[in-house]
Amino acid sequence: MPQSTQVVVIGAGPGGYAAAFYAADLGMQVALVDPDVNPGGVCLYRGCIPSKALLHVADVLNEARHAEAWGVTFGAPKIDIEKLRAFKTKVVNQLTGGLGQLSKQRKITYIQGTAGFRDPRTLEITREGQSQPETLTFEHAIIATGSRPSTLPGVTLQSPRLMDSTSALEVPDVPGSLLVVGGGYIGLELGTVYAALGTKVTVVEMTDGLLPGADRDLVNVLARRIESMSEAVLLKTKVVAMKEAKNGIAVTFEGEGLPADAPKERTFDRVLVSVGRRPNSAVPGLDRTRVKVTARGFIEVDPARRTAEPSIYAIGDVVGEPMLAHKASHEGRVAVESIAGERVAFEPLAIPAVVFTDPELAWCGLTETDARKQKREVTVTRFPWAASGRALTLDRTDGMTKLVLDPKTERVLGVGIVGPGAGELIAEGVLAVEMGANATDVRMTIHPHPTLSETIMESAEVFFGQATHVYRPRKKA
Amino acid sequence: MPTDFTLPELGENVTAGDVVRVLVNPGDSVAKDQPVLELETDKATIEVPSSVAGTVKDVRVKQGERIKVGQVVLTVDDGGTAVPPKGGAAKAAADEGAKPKPQPAGAATEGGLSQKAPGQGEAAASSGGAKRAKEDAGQGLADQPEAQQAESVAESKPRRGEVVDISRGARATPAPAASAETVDQGPAAPAAPSVRRLARELGVDIRRVPGSGPGGRISNEDVQAFVRGALAGGGAPATIPPGSLPDFTKWGEVERKPMSNIRRKTAEHLSSAWNQIPHVTQHDKADITSVEELRKKYASQAEKAGGKLTMTAIALKIAATALQRFPQFNASADVARNEIIYRKYVHVGVAADTPRGLLVPVIRDVDRKGIIELAVELANVSEKARAGKLSLDEMQGGGFTITNLGGIGGTSFTPIVNWPDVAILGISRAAFEPVYDGKSFQPRLMLPLSLSYDHRVIDGADGARFLRWIADAFEQPFVLSL
Repeated sequence: MPQSTQVVVIGAGPGGYAAAFYAADLGMQVALVDPDVNPGGVCLYRGCIPSKALLHVADVLNEARHAEAWGVTFGAPKIDIEKLRAFKTKVVNQLTGGLGQLSKQRKITYIQGTAGFRDPRTLEITREGQSQPETLTFEHAIIATGSRPSTLPGVTLQSPRLMDSTSALEVPDVPGSLLVVGGGYIGLELGTVYAALGTKVTVVEMTDGLLPGADRDLVNVLARRIESMSEAVLLKTKVVAMKEAKNGIAVTFEGEGLPADAPKERTFDRVLVSVGRRPNSAVPGLDRTRVKVTARGFIEVDPARRTAEPSIYAIGDVVGEPMLAHKASHEGRVAVESIAGERVAFEPLAIPAVVFTDPELAWCGLTETDARKQKREVTVTRFPWAASGRALTLDRTDGMTKLVLDPKTERVLGVGIVGPGAGELIAEGVLAVEMGANATDVRMTIHPHPTLSETIMESAEVFFGQATHVYRPRKKA
Repeated sequence: MPTDFTLPELGENVTAGDVVRVLVNPGDSVAKDQPVLELETDKATIEVPSSVAGTVKDVRVKQGERIKVGQVVLTVDDGGTAVPPKGGAAKAAADEGAKPKPQPAGAATEGGLSQKAPGQGEAAASSGGAKRAKEDAGQGLADQPEAQQAESVAESKPRRGEVVDISRGARATPAPAASAETVDQGPAAPAAPSVRRLARELGVDIRRVPGSGPGGRISNEDVQAFVRGALAGGGAPATIPPGSLPDFTKWGEVERKPMSNIRRKTAEHLSSAWNQIPHVTQHDKADITSVEELRKKYASQAEKAGGKLTMTAIALKIAATALQRFPQFNASADVARNEIIYRKYVHVGVAADTPRGLLVPVIRDVDRKGIIELAVELANVSEKARAGKLSLDEMQGGGFTITNLGGIGGTSFTPIVNWPDVAILGISRAAFEPVYDGKSFQPRLMLPLSLSYDHRVIDGADGARFLRWIADAFEQPFVLSL
């Protein structure tokens, strides 16, 4: 380990490794510290990537079932859980190993261990398997320590049956029944996986709807599907107690969303708690620097992602919502450019959010809900997938594409999509918002036929009352 | 009946100012012409007198806030019926609640704590939070405890003449915004990321750039045109991108402090003057041995009149006479119309070093005043300048400037012309020098003079003549009356 470095990045998730790689590409001397054997962080080891591998399996299972409607019948699926896990592990190892290679090729010093601050220019790093910390002085540090799953307040139960997203991704077995606590994207994605594998899934959500924050018209499409795949979706319901029972976890519910005839206490083979994530801002020795942490535990940064301590930057989940890998990577690049002396700011117009359920739900930029909250006048155009040839060929006509537009300038302010492949489609929406594209630009861009991407073009045509596949003339003024 | 008191016109070109402090509280009674607000404008701190009388119902501005002419400052009930202060406070709170920046209830206006950036909103929300916010504000406020400040406001008897440096506390370093929340604050400019980056690199606020594309979309060319326009615009200093600073903390501890209004204005004004005016500086020395004797002789007379007979006062009188002889030095260039404007009056600015920065009070009709009279007036305005009590009027209208650094030292310097003037006279420290009188060296008291002038208006020979005339006048004061 060197004694000093120009840049040290603490945490090698998608924010941290992107920052470290970029800094190295700009010719800086870089060290990257992380407890895992290779870069990757939660995203690659315990988040985005393994969950998507499992969701792909879920998609195939669902499609195979769906195929009955087209005259193709498969037998009941046989699931080899070891092999399934091995597939997931292979994906994770291949990606993280690849990052390890990329890190070496860039001559980055990768240190497997944990770091704390001795002072604003020195880290104490304890390598994996060592007890004595070594010191590393730096010119700039980037804190990219990410976040961890929140636990359910008031619940102290310790049980292997009680899972968080990390343990659920290990797929210990296919439980007969699973309670998903929290109707956010993590709970719904993992619920989808387990439901496809054959588990009876129940979802409990404290608020009055799934995926708080997303537009309701989009969520409704997804909610119908979630309801049909699961045993029950309990909204406005809380888990007030959990205890170990003979064959599972006995859960006590409370709330107005609970049907009157439903028992207040039910037993589940497993319980998945997915009630959000908390920032990992308790970096040891942070109090020896001027870095400030908010009441909610986020590290405070300026638009260039610099903390109150000029030598220290922070990026990703640890600096605030939305806690998304792609936001962290972008912030990482901003921080590195700032360190390189450029005048930069993290100022995206749109950060896409994708829920990889079936159907997928994705949005970016201004939502209709936010526009209403801000009392901003917008025109919302919708294109139902029932009018899309491609959606019909997939036998999936429940999707919808919508644009949130400025009525005067026609500018695209936000895009929302629900339907299979929404996560891929939303990228065009992000580009439109970032480029300041207007409805004419979008409608005049030729989209390939027959694809789902045409729904974006046709949503723009709806603005003019001239969508080819929908007859909805514009109201006369 | 409640009446609104709005910020009145404060002087030429003054459209806004920063509230240094509010001198009244809801429930106080105010009389007409009673100062209710201390306002720091670009050049002066002014007490703003009320034009209405009655009981203050509602204070609508707070310390540290930038307010504009015409903005409501106070609501005053002139019905004579006492308004329960509680009601007023509640209304104030309700009003504040509707605004984007809520003020913590009960925290009044001290220290501009409520101005702590949006990212710290959660801190300001509770009373515990207010305490935390105070700690955050840190040393900035240490010399003026919260409670004491609140008290001084409540007493509505501010110590006159005291200037509160509002750059502390009120305009403390803005705390970094929490994060991506900044993204959806207000409509963002319709520009692609590459265009936004270009604007940032050029130091241009992208929201100010008019877009030529459909729906006002901003292109690279629009940003470049905006910068070109700003550079060619003259008057308003362009935001020329300063070079990026190194990270000074690499070499040791540093501290960042915001520029005061006066510092910022001085920087802008002098950069603009330096950029516009082709400067020439001419040096000369005046033998003031006999003038110095006269000065000592008449010093007591000036003192009796309430002034101090300084070399600056004498220089003022000499300069005024010189300006009458050489009218092109009491002029301004109107480049746009290719004209030179000659002043028919002689108002001379005198640079004053004050704790708040450089100020230039103007002495009017110097040609019509005697030296003793000028000495008295000079003593007055200098005192006012130091106390931060100069009005804007007292700093406008000059046609020539004198800056005397002789009290501090130096053998010569190159002053920057105080645009739109065309010349400035710098005076350094007088010293005895051996001067050859044709037979032998005599010890003579020599005063170094430095004249900077605008070469667009004044030729080198004229500059030398003008300065020589001034030196002669110091040597043989009777030329003044020739």
